[in-house]
Amino acid sequence: METHFLVHNEVDKVGVVVVEGITAGQTLSGWLMENNDTIEIKANHDIPIGHKIALADIANDDTIIEYENDIGRAVAAIAKGDHVHVHNIKTKRW
Amino acid sequence: MSQHTFLGYRRENGRVGIRNHVIILPLDDISNACCEAVANNIKGTQAIPHPYGRLQFGADLDLHFRTLIGTGSNPNVAAVVVIGIEPGWTQRVVDGIAKTGKPVEGFAIEQHGDIDTIARASWTAKKFVQDASEKQREECSIDELWISTKCGESDTTSGLASCPTVGNLMDKLVPLGATMCFGETSEITGAEHVCAERAADEATKQKFLDTWGSYNDFINRHKTNDLSESQPTKGNIEGGLSTIEEKAFGNLAKIGKHTKYIDVLEPAEEPAKGPGLYFMDTSSAAAECVTLMCAAGFVVHLFPTGQGNIIGNPIEPVIKLSANPRTVRTMAEHMDLDVTGIVRREMDFDQAGDALIESVLQTCNGRLTSAEALGHKEFVLTKLYRSA
Repeated sequence: METHFLVHNEVDKVGVVVVEGITAGQTLSGWLMENNDTIEIKANHDIPIGHKIALADIANDDTIIEYENDIGRAVAAIAKGDHVHVHNIKTKRW
Repeated sequence: MSQHTFLGYRRENGRVGIRNHVIILPLDDISNACCEAVANNIKGTQAIPHPYGRLQFGADLDLHFRTLIGTGSNPNVAAVVVIGIEPGWTQRVVDGIAKTGKPVEGFAIEQHGDIDTIARASWTAKKFVQDASEKQREECSIDELWISTKCGESDTTSGLASCPTVGNLMDKLVPLGATMCFGETSEITGAEHVCAERAADEATKQKFLDTWGSYNDFINRHKTNDLSESQPTKGNIEGGLSTIEEKAFGNLAKIGKHTKYIDVLEPAEEPAKGPGLYFMDTSSAAAECVTLMCAAGFVVHLFPTGQGNIIGNPIEPVIKLSANPRTVRTMAEHMDLDVTGIVRREMDFDQAGDALIESVLQTCNGRLTSAEALGHKEFVLTKLYRSA
């Protein structure tokens, strides 16, 4: 089966789309690299290759976890399956 | 692992190079024209033009000399002609390079003019390149190889696959005695606590944290916004990287899972603690960073890219790898190793790391990288502040 997105660690809140042409409503298959699991999620938006998808609901101002670590904060409420990028998350540095 | 040998050029000081360049090195911006004329006269030599070298002072001037001397001293260079506007600083570069024992000679333009200088320097360059052409490759072992790494135009596939591929190579080759180097101080931001823990001892950890802190203070002093479109770059953002923290964790995957760094180097500083991994204080601008690592003596560079940075270097071959399927399709001519199999779940990191080791050995044996074949020779000096 085609792998549409990858997730680094079990605790991560986001995965990364690694194929082109993902469209809203598509059910995606993901590889959880840490334990070699396969997971499924439905995309709420068109998501370009390399861009992130939310694996859970994330409240505004919540910390975004990727690589088991803090990679920034939400600046809007994010629903499971949403496209996650600079429009709804932001650095805590600089 | 005896199969990890390659055919290199052993230099007068015992260091091993993988290329046999004769370079015409300007001390300063106004000597570029002479250097280019000499390189045009004498086939097989190359000029290394750059925009600086006048009225610099203090730490910035020290870095200028360290970078030029280091560039000429790199084991990929067989011999050097240095040309400067006046003899004093020109000789300082000549004397620095001469410590390696390789042929080097300086020429000053004042009281001669360009035409006479070009004639005199061309005679020397001709002798140097003919002598260098006799140099034979000999079998060298992996513990004589100095490998640097930085990534560029990164995206999320860099952190998922191409950077961990470099990390896999590092975890395999550093225990065999390779000397390696990573850097990009500002691009550790967000992961500095994780990077600090990878120092081999407490003193090195503190040195790293001081270096990172100083760079971060500098950015905070000069920034006018959150650095969006600069760090991460516009290309990084197009590729899906949203924050500097996310970019930093992907960047750090290049140092593998186990390898610890044994020292923190100034820009262009030569490692002095023997084989192992070093951190160098550099910017994340690709050509600046590779130029500094080349000047520190590294002879081959590993460059993971996501969106497709096309950089090369005139002296240190740059090997590109990518795990982004769109990039390897649309920019295939720039790629040396395709590791998209990882994101398709068809290739594991061990296989990718072994493929990269093979690619490094091929390059060391003389195979031209894509950047060399395409003529990418970006030589960019790091300037710390305004000239006097």
